[in-house]
Amino acid sequence: MIRFDNVTKIYDQNSRPALDRISLEIDRGDFAFLVGSSGSGKSTFIRLVLKEDRATRGAVYVAGQNVANIPSWRVPKLRRGIGVVFQDFRLLPNKTVFANVAFAMQVIGRSRAVIRETVPEVLKTVGLEGKDHRMPHELSGGEQQRVAIARAVVNKPGILLADEPTGNLDPTTSMGIMKVLDRINQNGTTVVMATHDDVIVNEMRKRVIELRDGVLVRDQAEGIYLGEPEEAK
Amino acid sequence: MRLAFILGEIGSGLRRNLSMVVSVVLVTFISLTFVGAAGMLQMQINQMKGYWYDKVQVAVFLCVDTSTAASCASGPVTDEQRAEIEATLTSPAVEQYVDTYLYESQEDALGHFRDQFANSPIVDSVTADQLPESFRISLVDPQKYEVINEIFSSLPGVEVVVDQREILEKVFNVMNIASLVAVGIAVIMIVCAILLIATTIRLSAFSRRRETGIMRLVGASKAVIQLPFVLEGVIAAVVGALLASVTLWAVAHFFIGDWLASQYPDTAFISSNTMLVIGPALVLLGAVLAGISSLLTLRRYLKV
Repeated sequence: MIRFDNVTKIYDQNSRPALDRISLEIDRGDFAFLVGSSGSGKSTFIRLVLKEDRATRGAVYVAGQNVANIPSWRVPKLRRGIGVVFQDFRLLPNKTVFANVAFAMQVIGRSRAVIRETVPEVLKTVGLEGKDHRMPHELSGGEQQRVAIARAVVNKPGILLADEPTGNLDPTTSMGIMKVLDRINQNGTTVVMATHDDVIVNEMRKRVIELRDGVLVRDQAEGIYLGEPEEAK
Repeated sequence: MRLAFILGEIGSGLRRNLSMVVSVVLVTFISLTFVGAAGMLQMQINQMKGYWYDKVQVAVFLCVDTSTAASCASGPVTDEQRAEIEATLTSPAVEQYVDTYLYESQEDALGHFRDQFANSPIVDSVTADQLPESFRISLVDPQKYEVINEIFSSLPGVEVVVDQREILEKVFNVMNIASLVAVGIAVIMIVCAILLIATTIRLSAFSRRRETGIMRLVGASKAVIQLPFVLEGVIAAVVGALLASVTLWAVAHFFIGDWLASQYPDTAFISSNTMLVIGPALVLLGAVLAGISSLLTLRRYLKV
């Protein structure tokens, strides 16, 4: 589903690469943690998958297609196949929960009937039944993140990228979010989650891909994460 | 669905940036009013030129019943006199000065008069026998008007020889300078309008960066993301153009049509119908300028 072939990303010629010769493959239906401290290259990985940035060397394949070969007018189509969730939720503060999720369908031209049918379904999946008409500021952080997840998956993407989705949440709430992500993964969506929360990683026992200073140092099925090395703290 | 969505986005954009939108409307209004005024001046010049202005320089008017000139004491021009005048025109002494000449009968004169004074109330009260027949002469050298004047004004049956350009050219010079000034002001104002539209779109894009960011992420197409912004600018400019058209129409209708025309009944004026041409042209110009300026701005400030 996602394949990196010897990918290097250099933002600035004078500093070390953000990603250094990364090769890996994440299959359809996988759940993978992307771990490492801040600046290890996790966000760059996600940006390359979304074609927000272009790899300096090497090739990134998404759903079998080299993203470098996707013309700019086709990039929206690529992104429709990928849901994204961020640490800061990025909800529209002046829209209700329902409208926030519906927004993702409106902008790609889904009909009102389809939206009315799909949105409540997705809200149920993320555990927000009956909160359709709340405003984001009336929700807890965990609930806001559930709205963001609902918005990311409402168009049924094959891939869900989560960039530190639990970074702003307490441990209990985080585990709730992980359950939601796990459920989405059970439904067949490939989930890639960037995090540095070792408790979560160790609890879930999923594949762990560890980056350190842009270099792939570990790729382990049902792995654990011992946290950041002492010198990095 | 998508249309309703885009319309909603435009509405919220216009509301959020209301003061900027109002200033875009006003600046396009002023600039296009000047553009339109220049257009109207040119149309007025054309109206005043009438049928003959661009074709000939000199008119030899022949006597009619109502002529009061001394040379017409013997009454309207006779067939012999007319033949004599035409023979003079083709005689070797005169022919060297004359490029071409045309004869205008009283019926022709009425037709041309009706075209030129179509917007004036006097058109209905004039009949063919009040208008003189004439020979319209185009000169090889327009400066040689005096020669023609001397030869023809003494011929029997000729009421008067007129160098039409001499009279009108001074008026046209003033009007041409006025339209140049109007165009000059218009150009400066249009530059203002373009820059203001660009700034407005930039502000609008900035204040909605959250929405556009999400639209990008969920794979909205470039058109869906950009269209609301472009249309925002276009709508503001079109409103300005409509205001300009209404203003110019009011000027044409009340000032020119009612007041000037009654002050100068012997001058042909444009009617407020000219706005049927100028109005749509202004709207189109406003829309195109705003569209181009917003698209260029978005290319720089809205990542898609």
